[in-house]
Amino acid sequence: MPEHASTGQHGSPAREVGAFLRRRAEQISQRWADEPLFRTVFTVSRDEAVEAGRIVVDALAQVADTDQVHDPDAAGFTVVREQLSRMGAARSRAGFTTAQVSNDVDALRPPVENLLVADLPDEPTELVRDCTTALTVLMGTMRLVVLETALSEGQALIERQRLQLMEVATPVIKLWDGIVAVPLIGTLDSARSQVVMETLLEAVVDQHARFAILDITGVPTVDSLVAQHLMKTVAAARLMGAECVVSGIRPAIAQTIVQLGLDLGTVITRASLADALAYALHELGADIINATPGGAGHR
Amino acid sequence: METAAGVDACLPIRSDMDLVWVRQHVRQAAGLLGFGLVEQTKLVTAASELARNTLVHGGGGRMETAGLTNGHTRGLRLTFSDEGPGIPDLERALGDGYTSGDGLGMGLGGARRLVHEFAVDSTPGVGTKVTVVSWADRSPRPRGEF
Ligand SMILES: Nc1ncnc2c1ncn2[C@@H]1O[C@H](COP(=O)(O)OP(=O)(O)OP(=O)(O)O)[C@@H](O)[C@H]1O
Ligand SMILES: [Mg+2]
Repeated sequence: MPEHASTGQHGSPAREVGAFLRRRAEQISQRWADEPLFRTVFTVSRDEAVEAGRIVVDALAQVADTDQVHDPDAAGFTVVREQLSRMGAARSRAGFTTAQVSNDVDALRPPVENLLVADLPDEPTELVRDCTTALTVLMGTMRLVVLETALSEGQALIERQRLQLMEVATPVIKLWDGIVAVPLIGTLDSARSQVVMETLLEAVVDQHARFAILDITGVPTVDSLVAQHLMKTVAAARLMGAECVVSGIRPAIAQTIVQLGLDLGTVITRASLADALAYALHELGADIINATPGGAGHR
Repeated sequence: METAAGVDACLPIRSDMDLVWVRQHVRQAAGLLGFGLVEQTKLVTAASELARNTLVHGGGGRMETAGLTNGHTRGLRLTFSDEGPGIPDLERALGDGYTSGDGLGMGLGGARRLVHEFAVDSTPGVGTKVTVVSWADRSPRPRGEF
């Protein structure tokens, strides 16, 4: 074959691989389009899969041209990152484990290797071996790049969701002039307790609140750590001039707290949020008077 | 009587997130075994205390759960184990208000009050194993109340 005339003149096996990738870009991307990684992401059109494959092959050729098959930071891998990590992320979202994504990426290597070996029939075995090694390293680095991206995306997602949860779960509601409430929902770990405390103290200052109601109806477990956090929040609010009322302690939780030996001693508690509000209003001098049947009050 | 599926398990305790799984698993298992809301809440709270001790003081470990039957009563055994520093003075650690960290020092003693059976096996330098059992029906109470 005439192309083979150039073989051996470039010296480096990596560049050899680069030239091969350009030469066989079409066949490689056609074969990749049938591999799970591409097939499951481009479900609508095979042409798109082939097109994405071509872009990746081209980028890999660029990396090989510059002799950087070892280097995950090579410029060419930026494109690989964009293309393949999108697929990796799609696979992760679909519930595939990192190991499966890794296998998927690894499955892209054999078709290329077969083409490479078939492409160099008359070359010395040493060169064939060096080229195959360079290709293996290149594909290994690509796998690393994809996994790195997939992992960091996963971590970023978890971190984002964690922060969102923290914020979503701690709205401070103004119930009345001078009365704010936080309905706590879910697990009160140390990080969330910190957010709750800060949000509540800010609201106390901003709204000149005299009463802050912490409603724990939505907190499934009150153990010594949660109790400790609640008491710290109460103490801090007190320093800011606001009295805390803890409401929503369900009967099972009340019994548990007592048996656990926790002393909520100085904390004012009320059964429900409504009771807590009534208490705070009363303390502020704005009593709620239930309309009695036949009374003068309007409905 | 066969053990309800999904009760027996071994869960890692390595992070705050694992504590959430521990509580959820105990709650679910106790529910499957027919625990009432109060007994369920007590056992989950005890598990929360012991799992946090495993994490914070024991440097991480695991919780094993096993469903039990005693006549018509079903129970749940939780075993928390770690290979941490151990508890040098168990009596003191079980006492209310003793903490080697900045806790309230209520966890260990409190957990003992919340369950029906409680045993600690701790060797300094080797690790700690805390085993607790609670029953769906409160009648079999070896540490009698009166
Ligand atoms: N698994 C363990 N390994 C080593 N030491 C432990 C372990 N569990 C408990 N301890 C010791 O026993 C002490 C008392 O435990 P306890 O749970 O009662 O209190 P705490 O964890 O310090 O505070 P908290 O009230 O927040 O639980 C601990 O401070 C610690 O020194
Ligand atoms: Mg503790």
